[in-house]
Amino acid sequence: MTRPNGRGPLVLGIETSCDETGVGLVRDGVLLADALASSVDEHARYGGVVPEIAARAHLEAMVPTIERALAEASARPADIDAVAVTAGPGLAGALLVGVAAAKAYALALGVPLYGVHHLAAHVAVDTLEHGPLPSPSVALLVSGGHSSLLLVEDLATRPVVSLGATVDDAAGEAYDKVARLLGMPFPGGPPIDRAARAGSPTIPFPRGKAGDGSYDFSFSGLKTAVARWIEARRLAGEPVPVADVAASFQEAVVDVLTAKAVAAATAHGVDTLVIGGGVAANSRLRELAAQRCERAGITLRVPRPGLCTDNGAMVAALGSLAVAAGVPPSPLGLPASSTLPLS
Amino acid sequence: MLALDTSTPACSVALVDLSAPAGQPGVARVLRASQVVDARRHGELLSPLMRDVLAGAGVKAADLGGVVVGLGPGPFTSLRVGIVTGAAFAAALGLPCHGVCSLDGIGGATSGRVGVVTDARRRELFWAAYTDGRRTTGPAVDAPARVGELLSAAGATAVTGPGLTLYPDAFAGFATAAGPAPAPADAAEQAGGRARVVPAPAAPPAYPDPAVLAALAAPDLLAGRAPGPLTAIYLRRPDAAEPHPPKAVTA
Ligand SMILES: [Zn+2]
Repeated sequence: MTRPNGRGPLVLGIETSCDETGVGLVRDGVLLADALASSVDEHARYGGVVPEIAARAHLEAMVPTIERALAEASARPADIDAVAVTAGPGLAGALLVGVAAAKAYALALGVPLYGVHHLAAHVAVDTLEHGPLPSPSVALLVSGGHSSLLLVEDLATRPVVSLGATVDDAAGEAYDKVARLLGMPFPGGPPIDRAARAGSPTIPFPRGKAGDGSYDFSFSGLKTAVARWIEARRLAGEPVPVADVAASFQEAVVDVLTAKAVAAATAHGVDTLVIGGGVAANSRLRELAAQRCERAGITLRVPRPGLCTDNGAMVAALGSLAVAAGVPPSPLGLPASSTLPLS
Repeated sequence: MLALDTSTPACSVALVDLSAPAGQPGVARVLRASQVVDARRHGELLSPLMRDVLAGAGVKAADLGGVVVGLGPGPFTSLRVGIVTGAAFAAALGLPCHGVCSLDGIGGATSGRVGVVTDARRRELFWAAYTDGRRTTGPAVDAPARVGELLSAAGATAVTGPGLTLYPDAFAGFATAAGPAPAPADAAEQAGGRARVVPAPAAPPAYPDPAVLAALAAPDLLAGRAPGPLTAIYLRRPDAAEPHPPKAVTA
């Protein structure tokens, strides 16, 4: 689809799978707007995302966030050529708000609708910063909601293949739980990352599923080990060395994540690793991944932190790839699926 | 004007013409309407239903003059589908979107003193009381027996709505609600009068009728008054518990 004026189609991307209402506008692989409304503060006192609170916040923020994105791009609704939306996986009630809004825009404007997979969109966002992704690549996605290793070929036309995923908690979830044990606020990633810089990773916390030959992760045992360790200290009447606990916990998480990601890339003869998801903003994860990729001769691609967390730009990016590849659009009856499979 | 409601198991869309003769601001002529009753699939059904209603009437989205949406109360997930769809559809076209209490989509088409009840799940009902189509009490949410008491106290003598068949015992003392009173012959009488849908239903609608919602919003729409915020009528707080302090992990 080429516009008469020679410019490619303007794609609106909508993301509402968790607690961020994200709206992006992409044209020709260029990000024109990335508007975000977050309900994270409303969830803080509950120590995790409350689905109904998230869904209510999406409803209130949806149209204003779309209008903010359009204003940012100096575009009118009528300029939109296609609408992409996260169809899953995610929180059912939250997804439904974005999917309904996307359909309404597509119907009102008479433009095609593209339901996309949340994880594929996390990978696609990197193309906005670093250009087309070599095929195949390996992607490591880590956030409060997911921990996945993926084998990625052409994002628009080929199904993303899951190499491994967490068997219990997501990495970001483990961060949130350990932060609570240490008396830190939700979400736990940033405060643990900060505290860890002042500590040393000297406590030998377990590396779940490390060296088991699979590309799966497990963080529940690690979380329990941290809890036991802190409790033993307190029972003994000794102070808890918060910085060292944070550093040791973080090292255990990051060690397993990067080791398995590099092993997967090597095993599949892939020379590019993409890291995405909220935990990709973690400084130690970036550092260790960079070291290990360099040693293994793998190119590491990490989008800037603002694009790693959930946002609309990633959905617009994947939608844009789908439009360019001539992928058939989704029907208006597209369901939102909390457990959407990758294929 | 496109009107929709998703506050009950029914997913309802109506295309109405508000261009009634002068002095009849609350008249909605139904051009096309469609309804599917399936509580769990509003998200999948609504947009195709809107597309089909528009196509069936040969009306393009760009020809519309406004959108009206039921704000609830209703089960949260499906309710949000309707509100965000109406708001987004209107925003995409640069149209106003007016919200109306969904119970008015039934109560607005009744005469006499009537209570309207819809299923709020968790063994409760959403309800409101009407006098000749105008809401006098509610909306609120209560247990069925309590709703019966509150409706009596509000002066209602009849009850209608999908909640009635769920808890008939709670409303044994009430009559069956009558449909809208016939329109007065004298148009002037209607000037400050109630909403009216043409063709008029003989009995109150089984589910909130978007055409009735459109008729109620018509005076504001035709006068070009800015719509109020599209705030969902939840009537319940979200289920959320603050976490307990970390539990001991060692036995
Ligand atoms: Zn995500």
